[in-house]
Amino acid sequence: MKNILILGAGTAGTMMANHLRKRIDHTEWSITIVDKEPQHYYQPGFLFMPFGIYSEEDIVRPKSRFVGDGVHYRDSAIERIDAAANQVLLEGGETLPYDVLIVATGTAPAPDEIEGMTGPDWRDRVHEFYTFEGSRALRGALDKWQGGRLVVHICEMPIKCPVAPLEFAFLADTWLRERGLREKTEIVYVTPLSGAFTKPVASKILGHLLDDKKIDVVTDFNIGHVDNEAHKIVSWDEREVAYDLLVTVPTNMGDPMIERSGLGDELNYVPVDKHTLQSKAHANIFVIGDATDVPTSKAGSVAHFESEVLVENILSFIAGKPLDTKFDGHANCFIESGNGKGFLLDFNYDLEPVTGKFPIPGIGPMSLLEESRLNHLGKMAFKWVYWNVLLRALPLPMIGHKMTLAGKQIPDGVVRPTAAH
Amino acid sequence: MPDTTINGITVSVDADGYLTDHSQWSRELAEGLAAAEGITLTDAHWKILDFIAADYAEKSAVPGMRRMNKVGGIPTKELYALFPDGPIKKAAKIAGFPKPTSCV
Repeated sequence: MKNILILGAGTAGTMMANHLRKRIDHTEWSITIVDKEPQHYYQPGFLFMPFGIYSEEDIVRPKSRFVGDGVHYRDSAIERIDAAANQVLLEGGETLPYDVLIVATGTAPAPDEIEGMTGPDWRDRVHEFYTFEGSRALRGALDKWQGGRLVVHICEMPIKCPVAPLEFAFLADTWLRERGLREKTEIVYVTPLSGAFTKPVASKILGHLLDDKKIDVVTDFNIGHVDNEAHKIVSWDEREVAYDLLVTVPTNMGDPMIERSGLGDELNYVPVDKHTLQSKAHANIFVIGDATDVPTSKAGSVAHFESEVLVENILSFIAGKPLDTKFDGHANCFIESGNGKGFLLDFNYDLEPVTGKFPIPGIGPMSLLEESRLNHLGKMAFKWVYWNVLLRALPLPMIGHKMTLAGKQIPDGVVRPTAAH
Repeated sequence: MPDTTINGITVSVDADGYLTDHSQWSRELAEGLAAAEGITLTDAHWKILDFIAADYAEKSAVPGMRRMNKVGGIPTKELYALFPDGPIKKAAKIAGFPKPTSCV
């Protein structure tokens, strides 16, 4: 019997387990998935929990429920990968040998990476919404909010769901208005990048949202430390932003196990071929989801599209065939813009988000890069799709892993994708 | 794409002055791009520009501050001293690569 071993039963790992169990020859291959954390969180819900839009119960399910028959589920922490010996050491000393390894251990906030971030203000005036606990604590902070300076902040890129902090600022604007607290609250958006929007087409079309909502933007801000006494963040070039409530996105890092295994880059992401998702260091190691270093968004839709590519490549790999299925960096994300509206992004490695209709060219019903009520409803409906379609590795109707140019309006001056990969 | 002439070399740039075709980049052009930012390139600058180029070839992305520190061995203070006010985006521009962006 040969072994396919999947590390991590989050979004990406669960989808891979369900793809493979439907396609693999079970007389020859055994599939095992390992995870230490029993709960599966619907992570887009972390954005909504602080505003009371989703309850805690809405976004939590047991992980093992989503891994179907034919897969061994192991509830264990992972000590490290011993790539030279083709085995994984579990906490406690047990080893699991593998013929093919799939790393799906994701990314997590690492607030200790910034000096002072986990000081006395942590979970008091300094909050994050990238964990269940963080999102819950932030809800408590908002419940007590009476006004002041609300600073929404990104420590450094890359981060999971890169547009989530902007969505947080937009939703906060609406939430404060509904409570009569907007006039008493300054909202400041602080980014290490050159603007809240950085892609040319999106900046042109959506840049007005920040002015409209009176959200101040501080750009090129590389945080040096948090001053807990004076309640301000200080940049490397000694600029200061004071806060009454800081909602930060801490440095995101891959799992420390990747570092212990000697397989990661400076942020513990595993270098892979960006089209095949094969590890650059070891041919029988594949990486999916937030754990990779591929230059596209760390997002559930990306993991979904990657899983459709990776299942083909793993079947090719074990058959000794070339890895012919190529991932193009496709991401598809609903973005909340406040006031019950949203916009939709569809992009890949080679094409930035542009306007158009989706998924049916010319018809929609969704509009790309345009605010609409329907896009917001799409995001709300997505929770059901996530639990019932995506995690079960069922295809999304009309939306394939390859991004389509049909239905997109590409303005002059935008770099168009060249030939398909 | 608007064309612009830097150091007598005509190149295509985006609205913010970043090269849209890296194959048009040369060391001579970099001197001109740096001059437009008020920077005279020294060996210390070139060490950073060369690191960005090597790293871009590997990762298809301009390295962030942490990667500059940890992998390139370039301290943050030095980056600010050499490329004041937004060192990563300035260095990326002079090295002929796109500015670091998010998804939107």
